Amino acid sequence: MRKVYFDHNATTPVHPEVAAAVQPFLGGSFGNPSSIHWAGRDVRKAVEDAREEMAAFYGCRPLEVVLTSSGTEADNLALKGVAYLEGNAGKHIVTSQVEHPAIINTCRFLETQGFRVTYVPVNRQGIVDPESVREALAADTILVSIMAANNETGCLMPIGEIGEIAKGAGILVHTDAVQATGKIPLPWETLPVDLLTFSGHKINGLKGAGGLLVRKGLELSPVVHGGHQERGRRGGTENVVGIVGMGTAFSLLRKNMDAEVAQVRGLRDTFERALFDRIPDLVLNGHPTKRLPNTVNLSFRYVEGEALLLNLDMLGIACSSGSACTSGSMEASPILLAMGADPTDAQGALRFSLGLGNTEEDVSYSVDAVERVVAKLRAMSPLYHPREAM
Amino acid sequence: MTAGPYSAKVMEHFMNPRNVGEIDGADGVGEVGNPACGDMMRLYLRIEEGRVKDAKFRTFGCGAAIASSSMLTEMIKGKTVEEARAVTNLQVAEALDGLPAVKIHCSVMAEQAVKSALDDYAKKHPG
Repeated sequence: MRKVYFDHNATTPVHPEVAAAVQPFLGGSFGNPSSIHWAGRDVRKAVEDAREEMAAFYGCRPLEVVLTSSGTEADNLALKGVAYLEGNAGKHIVTSQVEHPAIINTCRFLETQGFRVTYVPVNRQGIVDPESVREALAADTILVSIMAANNETGCLMPIGEIGEIAKGAGILVHTDAVQATGKIPLPWETLPVDLLTFSGHKINGLKGAGGLLVRKGLELSPVVHGGHQERGRRGGTENVVGIVGMGTAFSLLRKNMDAEVAQVRGLRDTFERALFDRIPDLVLNGHPTKRLPNTVNLSFRYVEGEALLLNLDMLGIACSSGSACTSGSMEASPILLAMGADPTDAQGALRFSLGLGNTEEDVSYSVDAVERVVAKLRAMSPLYHPREAM
Repeated sequence: MTAGPYSAKVMEHFMNPRNVGEIDGADGVGEVGNPACGDMMRLYLRIEEGRVKDAKFRTFGCGAAIASSSMLTEMIKGKTVEEARAVTNLQVAEALDGLPAVKIHCSVMAEQAVKSALDDYAKKHPG
């Protein structure tokens, strides 16, 4: 059976060059990068080379890169690191209703610790209005955290404008750029943000490595207390394999990102157009253009998302309904509900996220499969066959 | 074939559901659930001489909801009205070789659908 992977926003396949680059660190190069002897020295150099690749990609200084175990840990470090900064008197944080659980649940925790959080809404197309951020600012606001791109809809947030507003008020700005990295330009030099989260496994690196860009001069309270690693900002012996893999992934992005983005965008657009041409009663969840080039989130009216997903899985197609973390629950996606989606339509939402390795054959096979599966499920849907007056 | 959290039996009924459709001039129709909450089932019954002669359904919902609907129709066909009314959600879940804990409500929906359809039958056929 053909296998089609359309779930790149969940995770991406490991690039062969990443797999090759980490091989020495699964064998002979085992040293602790903090050791000053021969075993540690080469490994330290590999970690710092990888850090330089990340810095070169964003155009920041290597010392502005704090390596973590994941995007989630980097989000925790950004929020808690600012909240618990020594001498920090402010108790208010502004974020949005459509952030990743790594932000939402960290904010919920901070609310139990005496902080106040304002969750600004999004419009019907899933985008935060910078003016709503301005209105949410309070005298004691310490941080604004708005994602660069949404994981479920791919919607691009106006982080430039939001950042200018917050910085104008002297407030720190964080952006979760886990989904945006590698898909849209994120020039650190001109971006009005102080903190930026990224993750290795979303860009064809390995799971278990992420990072936080921290603007030079900004102090953060560590979340993982320990040794002097990462200049005291994150304790723990480095995940050398994950970091080296992430460095290679960033170096590949620097070379190939423009071409890859153009290719993926073409496939996504073809896929989306064909579905709209062939399947009636489709709803696009998200903005038609202000969207990641690889993502399309659609509600197939009258049918339920998990039933679609399982049928497509049986045909070899991997996609997602809601975010991966919530697919075990009965709740419709809180992101789609925050956008004001019809609750029944939100139950029938699927996210397709394309990426490296997808082909035109994947697209045409999947369009046929989706059309068939939707027709099959609509045939058994009571919503598609309204009850006659009795 | 198992997939995700489901038994092979659930997947078999989900992929090849029995008794999908409706019955013209059904003797009892039940509709339960709420699509905004993720599932809804409509059940049609043909009752002859106090027995469920035929049962058909349409369901909006997840794999467990569709499999529970399909299994339920198989279970109640041929049963007396009283026997059909006595079918419990746990019997439906057991017949499917179990459901994940978060999906038990799907079998509850199936049980409620029979009771709702039989209530409708009783209303239309008093005495």
